[in-house]
Amino acid sequence: MSQILDSYRGLQLGNRWDRAPKWFRTVALLLVVAFAFYLPFLNILPFAYIRTDLNPTGSDWASVLFLIVVYMIAAVGLNVVIGFAGLLDLGYVGFYALGAYSVALFGSPSSPVVQALQSRFDLSEEWAVPFVMCIPIAIAMSLTAGVILGAPTLRLRGDYLAIVTLGFGEIIRITARNLDNVTGGAAGITQVPVPPGPEIDGRSFFNTIDAERWYWLALVILILIVWLASRLEHSRVGRAWLAIREDEDAAAVMGVAGFKFKLWAFAIGASVGGLAGLLFGSKQQYVEPNAFMLNLSFLFVAMVVIGGSGNIVGVLVGAFLLTYLPERFRELQEWRPFAFGLALVLVMVLRPQGLVPSRRRAAEIEDRRHEAEEAAADA
Amino acid sequence: MPEHEIVGAEELKDTSDHDKIAIETSGAVGEVLLEVDHVTLRFGGVVALNDVNFDIRRGEILGLIGPNGAGKTTCFNAMTGVYTPTEGTIRFKDQEIAGTKPHRINHLGIARTFQNIRLFPEMSALENVMVGCDARHKTSVLGVLFRAYRVRPSEGELPKSGIRRSFAKVFGISRHTLEERAGRRRSMELLRFVGIADRAHEVARNLPYGYQRRLEIARALATEPELICLDEPAAGFNPAEKEDLMGLIRRIRDLGHTVLVIEHDMKLVLGVTDRIVVLEFGQKIAEGTPEEVARNPKVIAAYLGEPDDAA
Repeated sequence: MSQILDSYRGLQLGNRWDRAPKWFRTVALLLVVAFAFYLPFLNILPFAYIRTDLNPTGSDWASVLFLIVVYMIAAVGLNVVIGFAGLLDLGYVGFYALGAYSVALFGSPSSPVVQALQSRFDLSEEWAVPFVMCIPIAIAMSLTAGVILGAPTLRLRGDYLAIVTLGFGEIIRITARNLDNVTGGAAGITQVPVPPGPEIDGRSFFNTIDAERWYWLALVILILIVWLASRLEHSRVGRAWLAIREDEDAAAVMGVAGFKFKLWAFAIGASVGGLAGLLFGSKQQYVEPNAFMLNLSFLFVAMVVIGGSGNIVGVLVGAFLLTYLPERFRELQEWRPFAFGLALVLVMVLRPQGLVPSRRRAAEIEDRRHEAEEAAADA
Repeated sequence: MPEHEIVGAEELKDTSDHDKIAIETSGAVGEVLLEVDHVTLRFGGVVALNDVNFDIRRGEILGLIGPNGAGKTTCFNAMTGVYTPTEGTIRFKDQEIAGTKPHRINHLGIARTFQNIRLFPEMSALENVMVGCDARHKTSVLGVLFRAYRVRPSEGELPKSGIRRSFAKVFGISRHTLEERAGRRRSMELLRFVGIADRAHEVARNLPYGYQRRLEIARALATEPELICLDEPAAGFNPAEKEDLMGLIRRIRDLGHTVLVIEHDMKLVLGVTDRIVVLEFGQKIAEGTPEEVARNPKVIAAYLGEPDDAA
């Protein structure tokens, strides 16, 4: 195993990529994006073997692709919190759930909130907030939740933050489950709106059958989010986060407003999580509390950590693997938790910095190891 | 302590353009810039600073000396917001700063270095300095994300090639881009100023000890402080390097900064400072020009112990 890793390292893909001429990088990137858009129709052997619907019991390929991209969006958002700002957020599913519930609560004609609005303002029974308006609502809701959760807790350091956020994820789900007259309780909300679009073959553009359209929509949003996140990384904001991660007190003395930047990281992560949740809820057209269990939070964290915290490409790889592999090998379903645990342990042992690590993160982990060894030697 | 490589003095020459890094000051040389007013600081029963009282005047190099444990660094920490004084106040430009958050104090115009070097170890030297420059930049997080704040660029700032050039002419250039460029240029200039530009792109942790010390100074200068506090900048230096450092401190003053320096090395302090404040056991025991302080019997006693025949 370690020989495989060594030979992989010998390829020095990261360095080669950095040194490649700009036109090459642009063309390669465009090809990857084009291929990603083509993926739902992938039918050329041997590549078609990556499809998940080769046997009749398999999951719909385009739906799987959609889910992968939604989780990628969530992972890129969580990477801002964990990878860039270095804050361990174990309740990310809370923001994801808030995004899904916002679009359901305000956009579905059957949600208690919309019904209350209908009777209050004498509106027709079909009236609901249009989908396009639900997007800013969902982002605003999750962003506000992020700020409300972050404002008191980001003054805590280290493990305390993880515990508080862990609680937050559960609070959102349990609240959604128990507030029957607002969220529909355990029964959930149906008729969640879909994005507008021209009708084709008597069906609306975004429907439950043609999943590839959802996939393309999510892919466009993912590209946008990745672009914005990399803007943040290579700017004063990214530097401030890095400085806070390395030495918070020294950063403060150098004029970095630590709390402000941490809160921003939290708010940005939260709104991206909300956006991912919105896509998920809208595609399902049905939202219920059990879709937002705590293990989804851990899955998101695992995507970031296994892929390579702090590196956007790494996080995308992590999200892809952790979503795709369980779907591809559905027939081994009962082995899933075992394989998942084994994979986590293997990655932590062989490659603690993640599969596609951020160079800096890798160096930081190496430093910590040396410090721990020195401390052990002293003791 | 990191391994100590001896760096030849000729390598550390200042090759910078001083006009590009000099700061604008808001007052006249000689007026009081910072006032430490009867500051007492207690940690439980320990009195770290006891009724300490001195001021720093604009444009001077003030030395703060004293034996180990005299409260020099504590005094620094009180001035830069790390500790809040138990009693007394600290005023900077007639503004009360005791109890203000460290990053706010930095924005007001005080920067410092650390006795035990505290760089951002995995950032390159240049990036370390750029973090300092960011303290003066105005782009917000949303400004970085959406770059909606556009500035009409001057001829020199326009890109050379066709499409980008016309784009910048029509839509302007985002303030973020301009600040980023300016920060990079200024940081590079500062690295030249302290004489370590040859290793600008190396990760801070890999720099030799002398470079790290200088990098700390460059990073502090990047925040454009009116008052820069150097905490034992010569610790671990050999005589040649100390000589170099004295020159650097004077050049820092010439850029328009006021300098407060804590130092053990009497030769360096006496050679470079305009005025000296001496602390012992948390109390000020002397203040004056280097000559006065060097002759002061209390100072001599504090540094060399009481002479036998005085008893």
